[in-house]
Amino acid sequence: MTIRSLTETLPEHPFFQGFDPAVIELLAGCARNIHLRPDELVFRTGEPAQHFYLIREGRIALQVPELSGGSSIIDTVEAGDVLGVSWLVPPYRWLFDARATVETRAVSFDAECLRAKCEADPAVGYAVLTRVAHIMHRRLEAARMRMLDVYGVRRA
Amino acid sequence: MTELLEATAQPTPDPPTPDPMVPRVFRVERTRQDTRDTYTLELSPLDGEPLRFAPGQFTMLQAWGIGEVPISISGDPHGSGLLEHTIRNVGNVTRALVHTSRGATVGVRGPFGTGWEVERGAGGDVVFIVGGIGLAPLRPAILHVVRHRDQYGRVVLLYGARTPDDILFAPDLEHWQDDCGIDVAVTVDNAPHSWRGRVGFVTSLIPRAGFDPLRTTAYVCGPEVMMRSSALALRDRGVAADRIRLSMERSMKCGIGLCGHCQLRELFLCVDGPVLGFDRLEPLMSRWEL
Repeated sequence: MTIRSLTETLPEHPFFQGFDPAVIELLAGCARNIHLRPDELVFRTGEPAQHFYLIREGRIALQVPELSGGSSIIDTVEAGDVLGVSWLVPPYRWLFDARATVETRAVSFDAECLRAKCEADPAVGYAVLTRVAHIMHRRLEAARMRMLDVYGVRRA
Repeated sequence: MTELLEATAQPTPDPPTPDPMVPRVFRVERTRQDTRDTYTLELSPLDGEPLRFAPGQFTMLQAWGIGEVPISISGDPHGSGLLEHTIRNVGNVTRALVHTSRGATVGVRGPFGTGWEVERGAGGDVVFIVGGIGLAPLRPAILHVVRHRDQYGRVVLLYGARTPDDILFAPDLEHWQDDCGIDVAVTVDNAPHSWRGRVGFVTSLIPRAGFDPLRTTAYVCGPEVMMRSSALALRDRGVAADRIRLSMERSMKCGIGLCGHCQLRELFLCVDGPVLGFDRLEPLMSRWEL
């Protein structure tokens, strides 16, 4: 089996496509590979948002705990997606639970390290922020569609 | 291309009855509950003459003494002769229809409207994008492609439902994925903790689906807002607008373009539609006042 470094694998993820290789190398210093087992919790609501994740394989469910017990899944992310934007926005706390639903491989970035590099070089910060804003925009649009409950019963 | 069109030719739909306002009488042979609120009726004609239809066409289905509603045909166009209608129980007429006893009769006018023209996709990739009960009108087209699978390239079915319990034709989805060479991806809007599948709006599946946009024909059926988002996402990937076919839902009444209930600006959707290309529909779909 060939072992590939993060600087080799990161450009394959859609989040980094088109990034300057030097920037990827810089940010790779904040990253490590992780493996999650089915049902393993990645983070819980209210915990400090200390990481940012790029999903390489598998699937992660974002879920909201319910007062009556249990939880509802409100979104899933999978290969090619990113997990978590709360690391970028004060007060840096997770708004949902995240749980792997199947075997999952991801790249985990240390949020403090990433923020420091973004602040030190505004061009890097802008590039990262633009990608994250694009993802937030897409998810907001999808969430609005789902709020319409378009598959529900409509009455005149 | 001509040979392909001939090879995948669909049954010629029946013209509406001699008087299209007079229903034919069909007997309920079987009723199957598909989900919490959705049922499929299998109907046989009392006169013995099967109703031939093109995938995408609809009939006006009548519960005697209660009313008549437009319902898409959900069965196999090459099937046994039974007419299949999948009906969501949402009002007085649909409630009466889904509770019609086995052996009792209903009225059927039609078939009416344009079809999916799924043979136009032969020789290329095909993408079906479905929301909610929209799988019922698309099922005849999918069954046609399954029957002529070697005439098509990659075939993708992207399906969005409200919850896991609302997924329609689950055994069909599994069969198409496992045995028919169709890439089926299902997502739901909300799910309980135990769900292992995807959660998200159906358009989120489009960017990652495996098809060549330059040789793709897409068939989209569901709520109008979902169809519009899907068509825009398909076009963003490079699918030509005239190769994106949508089925429009309006209040069909006469079925023959006379009463105007289904009018969408210059179109009477019961005869000009319900299936139309996005090139024609786009300017009409973004105008709420129409």
